[in-house]
Amino acid sequence: MAQQTVLTDRTADDADKPDRAVVRDALGVGIAVGLSGFAFGVTSAGSGLGLLQTCALSLLVFTGASQFALVGALAAGGGPFTAAAGAFILGVRNAFYGLRLSQLLALPRAVRPFAAQWVIDETTAVTLAQPTRRARRIGFTVTGLTLYVLWNLTTLLGVLGAKAIGDTRAWGLDAAGPAVFLALLMPMLKSAAERAAAGLAVLLGLGLLPVLPAGVPVLVAALAAPAVLVAQGRHSRAEPRRRDTPAAERRGAARESRAADGSTTPQTPEEER
Amino acid sequence: MNTWIAIGLTVVGCYAVKLAGLLVPAAALERPFVRRLAALLPVALLAALTAQQTFADGHALVLDARVAGLGAAAVALVLRAPFLLVVAVAVAVTAGVRAVGG
Repeated sequence: MAQQTVLTDRTADDADKPDRAVVRDALGVGIAVGLSGFAFGVTSAGSGLGLLQTCALSLLVFTGASQFALVGALAAGGGPFTAAAGAFILGVRNAFYGLRLSQLLALPRAVRPFAAQWVIDETTAVTLAQPTRRARRIGFTVTGLTLYVLWNLTTLLGVLGAKAIGDTRAWGLDAAGPAVFLALLMPMLKSAAERAAAGLAVLLGLGLLPVLPAGVPVLVAALAAPAVLVAQGRHSRAEPRRRDTPAAERRGAARESRAADGSTTPQTPEEER
Repeated sequence: MNTWIAIGLTVVGCYAVKLAGLLVPAAALERPFVRRLAALLPVALLAALTAQQTFADGHALVLDARVAGLGAAAVALVLRAPFLLVVAVAVAVTAGVRAVGG
């Protein structure tokens, strides 16, 4: 949050950030991540999805973590509803990116249904890093377009490549999916709350794997998030009550705990990328 | 058919939440608990998915070459390697360990 305030405050100074610099930032992210569509194409084909199904996912879902989660769950034998539920819950974060982006980009209502498909981790990260509305709009559009075109092209190449190379496991390509998840996850592990939620989710996800139907353990593991929040809420509510302090000091404590809360909830967990 | 059902549900659901973010008034999603939950849910899901896809073989937990690959990816991430390199390292190390009989 503090970072965003700084960015807003700097707007006047950085107003002359050249369009070229914005385009360069956007292309860097768009190309690097866009190329990883190849890993998705290979993984999806290795999971038993057809060419049409894989390309439909990249064209129409276009949010990598959800796509990897869906094909992973289907490959593990999960039912269509549990598999889609896991992918959907992962996609929910995009709503919160959209909330922030609609303020920053000030898009006309008619454009929003089209812009919506590009509201993802990478476009949000690039847009938040720009100093002016013009730069943000350029950043969002260039990142979105580059990523969308490349992600879909490399998805197609990945499916075709997987057919050509045969056993994807021999090439270690079954490690691509979890590596993508890990790369998205690690920058999010900033505070104790996030690490606690991650640790609890790993325990639930692995512990329940042998006993629950495929795909369900991941959904149960998602409950680690509300569980940690509730535990944390109890803890911080109990704190001020235990102390018998003057009102001014209590207000200070409350401010502190709010600040602590704020630091655990970056609206866009990956804005620093 | 089941695969197409899953794809259809995911397409509709994921597009709906993206559009909702751009359309709903800010106040609706600005409640602190909702925002914090939205930030933590991906953390929990990604952690569980990473662990499962590293250790799961059907309903069994196994230690195989993927563990080495993901360990290498973690090191690459700590060293601030770019996204694509992290994935490439995981794939290469997994393949390497398998090739030597892991």
